[in-house]
Amino acid sequence: MIQIIAFAVLTIATFAIAAPKYLKIRRNILLGQDEETVVDKGLAIRNTILIALGQKKMFKRFIPAIFHLFIYVAFLFTQIELIEIFIDGFFGQHRFFSQALGGFYTVIISTIEILSLLAFVGTLVFLSRRNLIKVPRFHKPEMEGWPKLDGNIILYLELVLLIGITCMNGADQVLQGMGAEHYTDTGNFAVTSWLGPALFGGLSEGTLIGIERFGWWLHILTVFAFINYLPISKHLHIFLAFPNVYYARQTAAGKMVNMPEVEKEVRSMMDPDAAFDESAMEEELPIFGSSDVQQLSWKNIMDAYSCTECGRCTSVCPANQTGKKLSPRKILMDIRDRATEIGEKLDSGDKQYIAEDKRESGEDLSAINFNDGKNLFDYITREEIHACTTCNACVEACPILINPLDPILRLRRYEILTESAGPSDWTPMFTSVENSGSVWAISDDRDKWRDELLAKED
Amino acid sequence: MSEYAAEGKTPEVLFWVGCAGSYDARAQKVTVAFTKILNEADVKFAILGKEEACTGDPARRAGNEFVFQMSALQNIEVLNMYNVKKIVTTCPHCFNIIKNEYPELGGTYEVVHHTEFLQGLINDGRIKLKGGGEFAGKKITYHDSCYIGRANGIYDAPRSVLAGLDADLTEMQRAGSKGLCCGAGGAQMFKEDEPGDTSINVERAGEAIGTGAKVVVANCPFCITMLSDGMKAHNKEEDVMVYDLAEMVVNNM
Repeated sequence: MIQIIAFAVLTIATFAIAAPKYLKIRRNILLGQDEETVVDKGLAIRNTILIALGQKKMFKRFIPAIFHLFIYVAFLFTQIELIEIFIDGFFGQHRFFSQALGGFYTVIISTIEILSLLAFVGTLVFLSRRNLIKVPRFHKPEMEGWPKLDGNIILYLELVLLIGITCMNGADQVLQGMGAEHYTDTGNFAVTSWLGPALFGGLSEGTLIGIERFGWWLHILTVFAFINYLPISKHLHIFLAFPNVYYARQTAAGKMVNMPEVEKEVRSMMDPDAAFDESAMEEELPIFGSSDVQQLSWKNIMDAYSCTECGRCTSVCPANQTGKKLSPRKILMDIRDRATEIGEKLDSGDKQYIAEDKRESGEDLSAINFNDGKNLFDYITREEIHACTTCNACVEACPILINPLDPILRLRRYEILTESAGPSDWTPMFTSVENSGSVWAISDDRDKWRDELLAKED
Repeated sequence: MSEYAAEGKTPEVLFWVGCAGSYDARAQKVTVAFTKILNEADVKFAILGKEEACTGDPARRAGNEFVFQMSALQNIEVLNMYNVKKIVTTCPHCFNIIKNEYPELGGTYEVVHHTEFLQGLINDGRIKLKGGGEFAGKKITYHDSCYIGRANGIYDAPRSVLAGLDADLTEMQRAGSKGLCCGAGGAQMFKEDEPGDTSINVERAGEAIGTGAKVVVANCPFCITMLSDGMKAHNKEEDVMVYDLAEMVVNNM
């Protein structure tokens, strides 16, 4: 009975503490501008099945993909055991599904055990890739400090989970062999039927029950900790990968998002009949492009929260490979960190974060009147966004359809259109395109090559 | 185009030459090579000539939407005035922007890059490649431009054209969807590099040299400039030639 009450209290506490954290992430994502990204729902569903559920793009790199698959499939299947733990925990049952499923239960738990064993191998491989082999993409400047620790914490938690399952099932198998009360025969599990006796054989019934309970609680407590840890971790991708793939933009990778507000302006400039609109002149100068997360698309922000910092984008980026400061992964991490910063400041309600010119009105702090005197350029330097060749390698590399290129281009637009800044090298090109219709200011006729060709033929 | 229009005729296709194809000495050779192929295949084509202007690609990618919109809207006006239906271009940047970004501004056309167009001419038997020509048995490699490759998913057409030359196509390690950029895109062509260890074009040229190929085939005027400069940085400009796919075809048909 005490266990049931403890379980119920902990479950409720876990979700009560975690729910606001997830809602805040949702709120932070929705700080962005609306954008309809899904045109074809069938394609979005197919992508979700193939790319998110089916891990298709992961397999562009086979070795990490296969070990990731072990952990991922083990995670999916273990949910069955987790549901059972919840039923057992709330109703004081023991292995509730075993009575209902009989022999099939043995198959399910055996499958989970084999997958757990594979996940164990995968976890060790990943820990060694991060800490021993030092795969370069895990050791870029943006991976120092918390991101590095975060990556390892997840893997250690994974090991703790596996220890829990092994204790729970292993002791259970030995107890069954001893004919202990409540420990009904579930048949032999694939791994713990031999690992259990090897580890725990010869121990007293009381000790074994202690180990079994320890394993059971360790498992569920780690899950509870996980649920609360995810919102501050890159590991959030286990949930967000699915909606992120579903809502991925479906246009050709080469297509840039249009700016209808600029199009409208240019059309009215080009139209000789258009009356000069004086009211437009009196308005505050509009902001073009993005300097902060509120001017990004909501999908840019979801991309940022979905990123698990694997660094495939950075490892294929031509700028990064040739020693430039740009790292597409860092751009995503910066957007996420800035969105989180804004979220935390909004939660503080502190009126010092209200834009100065709106402070007098007595309004409460909100996303609309927010201004903390900072923006994304406090995280991302000009040098980074200037180094991009728009080659789409990062977009192509991401296993969950994150687009690091789009926010880079939005920042460039802000720099050029709103600040009238940017690399001075570009100014002659802009002037030339505008005035002579060519990227180079050449006074020759555009079809001079043709005249020369015809002259030669004569 | 205006001459066709004056005679009340419609060409089969409009050849969009682009700034590089019009003005850059190296790219002009590609333009000429491609027009020779079109004439050989008896394709009735037109150019806009003085009525063509920059598509606005580098301005847009640099962030200058105003300059892009002005250029694009003027071009669309001209194209729609001549009722253009089909466009072929030797520039992947022009191809991408007219195909993907002009439609929502009111310019919808069938847009084909010359790599695909050449494959079409060969498939239809309008041009025939001489197997056993000057490249037969020679080691060549192919550089995917970003705007034909990843941006638009065209990887096979140029390779199938090259297969007709009986050359020994040796792929670079980073090829196809993993192809490394030449370093020109995103308006990098028009500015100095940001600080780094090396230039992207030097890195890419080095990779091409590493295949042992004597010819690097590209499909983009900016890639050709970048790779040629990269070859110079490696002192290989005499040993490894950088050609456009159209140049490979024109001498072997």
